[in-house]
Amino acid sequence: MHILFLICGLISIGFVLFISIYLIISGIPAIREIGLVDFLFGQTWASTASEPQFGILPFILTSIYGTGGAILIGVPVGFMTAVFLAKIAPPKVAAVVRPAVDLLAGIPSVVYGLIGMMVLVPAIRELFNLPDGASLFAAIIVLAVMILPSIVSVSETALKAVPKEYEEASLALGATEVETYFRVSVPAAKSGIAASIVLGIGRAIGEAMAVIMVAGNVANMPSLFSSVRFLTTAVASEMSYAAVGSLQQQALFSIALVLFLFIMLINVILNMLLKWKREK
Amino acid sequence: MDDTTILSTEGLHLHYGTAHALKDINIEIPEKQVTALIGPSGCGKSTFLKTLDRMNDLVPGVRIEGKVMYRGQDIYAPSVDVTWLRRQIGMVFQKPNPFPMSIYDNIAYGPRTHGTRSKVKLDEIVEQSLRQAAIWDEVKDRLKKSALGLSGGQQQRICIARALAVQPEVLLMDEATSALDPISTGKIEELIADLKKEYTIIIVTHNMQQAARISDKTAFFLLGELIEYGDTSLLFSRPTDKRTEDYITGRFG
Amino acid sequence: MKMQSLSGRRKVYNRTLRVLLYFCAFLTCALLLFIIGYIFIKGLPHVTWQLLSTKPSYIKDTIGILPNILNTVYLVLITLVITLPLGVGAAVYLTEYASNRRLVAAIEFATETLTGIPSIIFGLVGMLFFCNFMSLGKSLLAGCLTLVIMTLPTIIRTTQESLKTVPQSYREGALGLGAGKWHMIRTIVLPSSVDGIVTGCILAIGRIVGESAALLFTAGMGMSLNNFFSMDGFLHSSGASLTVALYVYAKERAEFDVAFAIAAILMILTLVINLSAKLVGRKLKKK
Repeated sequence: MHILFLICGLISIGFVLFISIYLIISGIPAIREIGLVDFLFGQTWASTASEPQFGILPFILTSIYGTGGAILIGVPVGFMTAVFLAKIAPPKVAAVVRPAVDLLAGIPSVVYGLIGMMVLVPAIRELFNLPDGASLFAAIIVLAVMILPSIVSVSETALKAVPKEYEEASLALGATEVETYFRVSVPAAKSGIAASIVLGIGRAIGEAMAVIMVAGNVANMPSLFSSVRFLTTAVASEMSYAAVGSLQQQALFSIALVLFLFIMLINVILNMLLKWKREK
Repeated sequence: MDDTTILSTEGLHLHYGTAHALKDINIEIPEKQVTALIGPSGCGKSTFLKTLDRMNDLVPGVRIEGKVMYRGQDIYAPSVDVTWLRRQIGMVFQKPNPFPMSIYDNIAYGPRTHGTRSKVKLDEIVEQSLRQAAIWDEVKDRLKKSALGLSGGQQQRICIARALAVQPEVLLMDEATSALDPISTGKIEELIADLKKEYTIIIVTHNMQQAARISDKTAFFLLGELIEYGDTSLLFSRPTDKRTEDYITGRFG
Repeated sequence: MKMQSLSGRRKVYNRTLRVLLYFCAFLTCALLLFIIGYIFIKGLPHVTWQLLSTKPSYIKDTIGILPNILNTVYLVLITLVITLPLGVGAAVYLTEYASNRRLVAAIEFATETLTGIPSIIFGLVGMLFFCNFMSLGKSLLAGCLTLVIMTLPTIIRTTQESLKTVPQSYREGALGLGAGKWHMIRTIVLPSSVDGIVTGCILAIGRIVGESAALLFTAGMGMSLNNFFSMDGFLHSSGASLTVALYVYAKERAEFDVAFAIAAILMILTLVINLSAKLVGRKLKKK
């Protein structure tokens, strides 16, 4: 039996190795052919032109801006909500809001995409008088909403784990409750809060379906109100029709490889944060 | 010894849910002396201590009747700012509870909260408070290190220094030595004897020898009532109440 | 002695933060209410028996999502059948057998990594490996295999956590009676951690039901009815799950009423999944 269980355990290592190696092997040829610098820093993506160009800088920047924007909006709101839920909310209110936050975390991304497409995109078009509301801005808002639940619940858990004694000591020194939350509870929970942010970054940078429904999906250099492609949607939008073995398909693999490296970097940071938390 | 009253209560009752935890407490606590509150566990001595700096406000379901006067001011009056009160009346808890920050930041927390920004001034307050708490020599080289790396006794003295840093008038100590070893306890007792020159100290203890050793006045609580209150030497040598006598001679508790 | 209250600066600090706290909490709640309300109001009226019980028909010009419901069920069942033994086995190895710390760390690192990989990458690799290389084509089977990789970490982690809560004395007791290790695991350890395994299943079901990017490229967009009982048939035909159908109807066919109806159904499913996970979790805690 021992061997059987060992095999089960090894399978998950096998999967990760398989995916990594597969991506590296299939991602490298296109980079070789295009040239690393042209590939990473080329500003034009025209995979189906008669003289195709494969520059993915627009995708990289869009992914970074999009994720950054989502974090900029989602983290403060989520963090403040977490403090509210963990420290201020009457138990009855928290008992209603918490399951609702969990529900929000579990909703499939296409549902977010649908709402974004039907509500947000037209609203942005009207509000800013644009020909089309599908834009980086719409994607940022949708991603901010999508990362909100994980920011709220992970931060809240960390805040609730702060020993009551710390807060008592602070209050006994004449600090107000709000001062206590922000100067004692939050610093004491900082590694958990940081982990929630990294988790949010991971989710935002990896999201494809919701983004493809609201970002317009044109390979522009990113600007707030232009139609853009993320790393994820660049893969998704051409994958189904790229001819097997073509340079276009290989280039899609290279994009996936870049995305994979981003995610691995985020995982390493997350692991370090969690380890740091355990050591404390 | 001059016996100016700094804290007093009149007809103080405290209800916790349906329980009547404090019953008609009337007491006058003198300035710059050590007052010990003794009694078996569950007698209300800790609860009473917490009413003095309104830490019971945090507990849901607590109702308080009667008056608690601090220098002639009813501290439960609506006009009283509780942060001001807690700055005047500091508290040290049973379990050492330094913040998970550096020693320096622990001590500077109170002054910073109350608006001291100047680095020079903070340095001065930190050093002075640590000296007062008799721990300066042990930690002066590691002020930037986490306070959680210290021993339990050192942590408790950090907590005392932290409480002193906001310059209170009164220091409440809730069984502040019960979680410590005898040597650390001894150090803190010496410290208390030293501190009473400048501060009014009220300690809750279940250790009668400790009360007898360090306090000037002793109050004996039983089942939420203040049974007897007076000079420590008198209370321990010639208790007037039978129940006090039973308790200090170890017949119950 | 003068009683002073908070300085102006502190008052501003306190008031600003308090307002911000309430504002953000309000914003989050409003958002929650809006999303839940909007989906239900726009979707529930279109959830009809006809929609649920038929397949799309070009002749009658009607849309039914029965095939998608069934495909989702198939995906859940087949994936769990494969992933459950693998995941539980890996967890048993990690908690009961493993002595090599390096190997344990490697397996745990691998499962953490798998959790973080975006589903579009699973889709890409799944499509090229299962659909093209293994020539399964766009099929439910390819979708299931991809989902197995995606759900494995969830099963391993939850099972492992509940195995860890089984008291050591149970194990010692069984071994002391002369039971073999495997016998001890089968009769003592696994039965007392069944709640954790169930929680893992529920979470995995949640991930499968909510998955779209990976399925779009592996299980495809087929909208016809697949018969579960013709073994060679359905596994090899393409089939859209509910999420993929939502995407197709919203993005490619502009059938928004159907899309909202599916969204409402998905929302209810999510709610049910969350509730059952919580119930099982609570039972687990009580033990």
